[in-house]
Order: sequence, then structure tokens, then C-alpha cells
Amino acid sequence: MSTELKKTPLNGVHRELGGKMVDFGGWDMPVQYKAGVIEEHMATRTRAGLFDVSHMGEIWVEGPDAIAFVNRLTTNDVTKLADGQAHYSCFTNADGGVVDDLLVYRFGPEKLLLVVNAATTEKDWAWIRSHHSEHDDLALRNASADYCQIAIQGPKAREILQKLTETDLDSIKYYWFTEGKVDGVEAIISRTGYTGEDGFEVYAAPDKAVQLWNAMIHAGADEGILPCGLAARNTLRLEAAMSLYGHELGDDIAPLEAGLGWITKLGKDSEFIGKEKLAAMKEAGLKRKLAGFEMTEPGIARDGYDVYINGEKAGTVTSGSPAPFLKKNIGLAFLPAAFANPGQEIKIDIRGKHVAAKVVPTPFYKREK
Amino acid sequence: MSNIPENLKYSKDHEWVSVEGDVATIGITDYAQSSLGDVVYVDFPRAGDRFAIHEAFGSVESVKAVSEIFTPVGGEVVEVNEGLNDAPESVNNDPYGAGWMVKVKMDNPGEADAMMTSAEYEDYLSSNG
Repeated sequence: MSTELKKTPLNGVHRELGGKMVDFGGWDMPVQYKAGVIEEHMATRTRAGLFDVSHMGEIWVEGPDAIAFVNRLTTNDVTKLADGQAHYSCFTNADGGVVDDLLVYRFGPEKLLLVVNAATTEKDWAWIRSHHSEHDDLALRNASADYCQIAIQGPKAREILQKLTETDLDSIKYYWFTEGKVDGVEAIISRTGYTGEDGFEVYAAPDKAVQLWNAMIHAGADEGILPCGLAARNTLRLEAAMSLYGHELGDDIAPLEAGLGWITKLGKDSEFIGKEKLAAMKEAGLKRKLAGFEMTEPGIARDGYDVYINGEKAGTVTSGSPAPFLKKNIGLAFLPAAFANPGQEIKIDIRGKHVAAKVVPTPFYKREK
Repeated sequence: MSNIPENLKYSKDHEWVSVEGDVATIGITDYAQSSLGDVVYVDFPRAGDRFAIHEAFGSVESVKAVSEIFTPVGGEVVEVNEGLNDAPESVNNDPYGAGWMVKVKMDNPGEADAMMTSAEYEDYLSSNG
């Protein structure tokens, strides 16, 4: 493959900081910096971590039919959003499988912002456009190149970011957002994240990315903020049992199976793509369910390893890793529904050796509020 | 730049050996530990196990990945570094010292002599690393 990797506006900063760069879905991204994944993970759990998530995609939907249109394409109920509020949702296909997971931000009754995964931005953009009929009175704009996105996460995140803005961050509730200035830069300040911690995601013009990044690193120096790479982002989200597209979610996985019944609003007034299949699936009872497990014998489950129950192959690990904060080896796997309950003993095939694990409740980690 | 001590021999799989008589002490190189990232678990063979040259005798697990370790010399395992059970991070912090993994009584000490010198390993890294 000689395809040029895409770079975020912070690429040079990552290299200066000693980031170990990898190809992540076509993007040249830091997997970790000098401190290493464990320290980065712990910094985010106990102090603050800073993440470049500029590779995420941003799509504007604007016009009188914006809400109805997005409600038809996604599982959550967009009519329930107030101005300044966001929610987690999924695009589903006609079979009820997940095209992508996303955040929907409501800026106004005719203005929504969809934030989608980096590797799936083009696929989502094509999907959305293919469902845009001439009867829908709205405009679509893929604005992914118009934004950088920096996530500041951890128990000290609010305190650090507050030093850089006059916006009262305490007044922004979890999964709400506002437009304001950070270090003098026009930004969308969203109280969201992908780590299981309190924190914010800040969207701004890409040419302000370096300024914002450095301002946050500087503002958080006394609190011990650390830049964090994709490896820590992954272990943090896994401890919080948050799904990762391509692992727990995919075109052939229903949100109900992945534990996302809470954002699959089968009772909402609007029809949505895949609703009939999902309703039928729920009615019939789920055959498989995503389950969290922890290893009870030494060994680390990795993505793709087989799961055995009573000597028979019962499923596959979708994400598996050591959990740096919990100091356990954990994972997620799809299992037959009858075997997906906490306490169920399972075996993970670790390179030919069947190693004991047990199903546990998720999330593995929940922050104290 | 990777740390590559001059008094050791190196394999293409990024193991090092230090030879005393017919016993080779084996570990992974600074380059290898740096590529793996934070090591959290080392899966060893047992003393008394026998391995042929280039056979996988264990694995090193980091947060991100697992990597098999191949013995660069054939023989019988005479000792494993139990200290790594409690302090696997020694593989990162001191790969050529406290991070050693196993000692093997070599069937054929010539196998260690045939391994790369530090200068050769440095060239190997710069052309393959």
C-alpha cells in the first residue's frame, strides 16, 4: 500500500512529543508517547489526559427536515434532544446491523452535527447521502476537514480547561455542549468523552489545533496532565466497556446484541432503517449478547481469540487487554445469550491453551461521582 | 537510539544472549521492549524443558500486544527469572539486566558464537528496524 496516510493538524506536535506513530484506519496517529500506555492511562484516571481526536468525522445536517431525517437514519430519538444537548446513537442498516456509532448534537431545531468514526467517515457520508431524497428539505455537509478535536479527560479536566475559558464549565452537564472560547479561540465545548471519566471534547478550526493543544498542556502542567495515545484511549474505553466500531459493533451486529438497547428506541414515533428487524429480534429474544469477562487464570485475552464453554466454541473475543487501572485482564465477547450472565465460567483459547475466565458485570470500571 | 551493549550476542528476532561457559542467559533487546511497550506478563517455560534452536519457548505480553520469544540457542532450560512474575516492567526498565528471561544450557555453544555482534545488530536494526 502506498496510499499516503492522512494527518491531523497535530501531527508535528505528536512527533515532537516522541509519539510512536501508527497507521490507524488510514490516519498517521500516535499509539503512545514517551510515558507509555500504562502511565497515560493512569494519568487520565487519576489526573488528566489529552487526546488528539481530530481524525473523527463531522457532518452537518441543516434545514427544516434535519431532525426528521436523522431520526430516520439513527436508532436514538432525536426529537428528545434540546438545543445544546447531544446523545449517543447508531446508524443501522436494513438488517438492523450497525453502519456506525455516532454522537448527534442539536444546535437548533434545524441544525444538527453528527460526529462519526474516522475510519468510517467516507462510508457514513455515502450512506447518509444515499438516503437523502429530494423530498427532504435540508442540506448536508461533510465538514470533517474544518475541525480539529481535542479531548481533555479525567478528574482534573474541568479544573484545567476552566483556566482557559470564561464559559462556566460547571453549567455544562454531561452530554451537553456550548459554543464558547478556549484560549481565545472559537470552539464547541462538549462534556463528552470515551474514557469513562468526566471531561470535555473541544472542536475548533484546524489551524488553531496546535495553539489549543499547547494551551491545555501548559494549563494542566501543575495537575500532571499527560498527552495520551490510541493505546491508552483503547484501554480506557475498554475498562468503561464502551464499544469500538469494528470490534463490538459492525454491519452484521445489531445494537441490541451489543448492549445498546438503551439507545435503540423501538418505541419512538418515527420509523428508522432496520427498525422492523430489530423489533422482531427483540420479540424473538436475542441469540447472542455482548458480555464482559475477566481472566481468572494468568493470561491475556486478545481480539479475535475464541471463547469455549463446556468444551465447545461459543464465541469470539471482540476486545481483550490488560486493564491498567483495574489491574486485571479483561475483555468483551459475544456469547450465546444463555451463557452471557455474570458468574458464567468460560475458557479463552490463548494460543492453543484454554485459560479460565468468568463473565462479570459491565462496565468493568465506573468512576465515583 | 536503541541501547545495544557490546558484550552480548543478538538474534534477528531481537533476543540477546550472554554466554558463561555453556550457559546462555537470554532476554529481549531494548529495541524489542520499546516496540512492545509496557510489559505486563511474561510466560516462561519451566526449568528442565528442552528447546531446539529458534523454537518458541514463551511469550511476552504488553498492554498492546503479545510477542512470542524464540530461543536463539538450543538446549535445556536451567533457570527462569521468577522475578519477572512480580516485576514484568523490568523487561522495559532494564532489558539487559533485571529483565533477563531464561538461562539455557546449550547443546551446541557454537550457536551463540554464530549470532550477531552488537555492531552487526545495529546494522540489522538500521536496515530492518
